[in-house]
Amino acid sequence: MVDQVKNKGSVTIVLFSGDLDKAIAAFVISTAAASMGMSVNIFFTFWGLNVIKKKGGLIKGQNWMQKMLNIMNYGHAKKLAISKMNMLGMGPAMLKTMMSQKKVPSLHEFIQTAHQMGVKFYPCEMSMTVMGLQKEDFVDECQEVIGAVSYLSIAKESNVNLFI
Amino acid sequence: MAPYTIDKTLDARGLTCPMPSVKAALALEHMEIGQVIEVLTDDPVSKRDLPVWAQSTGNELLGMKEEEKVIKIYLRKA
Repeated sequence: MVDQVKNKGSVTIVLFSGDLDKAIAAFVISTAAASMGMSVNIFFTFWGLNVIKKKGGLIKGQNWMQKMLNIMNYGHAKKLAISKMNMLGMGPAMLKTMMSQKKVPSLHEFIQTAHQMGVKFYPCEMSMTVMGLQKEDFVDECQEVIGAVSYLSIAKESNVNLFI
Repeated sequence: MAPYTIDKTLDARGLTCPMPSVKAALALEHMEIGQVIEVLTDDPVSKRDLPVWAQSTGNELLGMKEEEKVIKIYLRKA
């Protein structure tokens, strides 16, 4: 979609939530916008970082608090809870089954499609520092790690700004 | 038959929002300007969304017809 980005507007999404349902909403909007030729940026911050974490590597961080947080907050695109009716994982399992029956792509597929369409993923620098995460802990589709000022400089040029 | 030749058919049946327009955008990337794509969908939302998508991307909507719950949408790449 790169050749079409000019004059089609842009969307910038802050994905704060690490819930499966909210992440899917963000990716539905992202891929739809990219299909319209809009340039799309997603700024992953705080719990939202779980969406783009690589699988594996349970213990991350430099000190015991960070390590404990990352063990309890273990997750990646295929292992996220939902914001309501999680029921110890039964909710996401049922939601995933229902979605695949209706041929809605999984979050993992959405991430790949979005990347293929030129959606840019930016992990938040400050949340990474707090949680003791490195750029290597995230999927290869990510662009550079950015801070709040860089996010705002992208956001103020965007036509659609969402916080999810 | 329509007064244009179909260069590519995209079978988006069974797919839900936003995949028909995502697939259409990806398919158009590999096509030449002026070529015509036929998109098949059975998603009622796409009946409304694909013409809007065509308008906002600047691709020309040539026509649309519905045959036994399958909606056929014809677009010319601009």
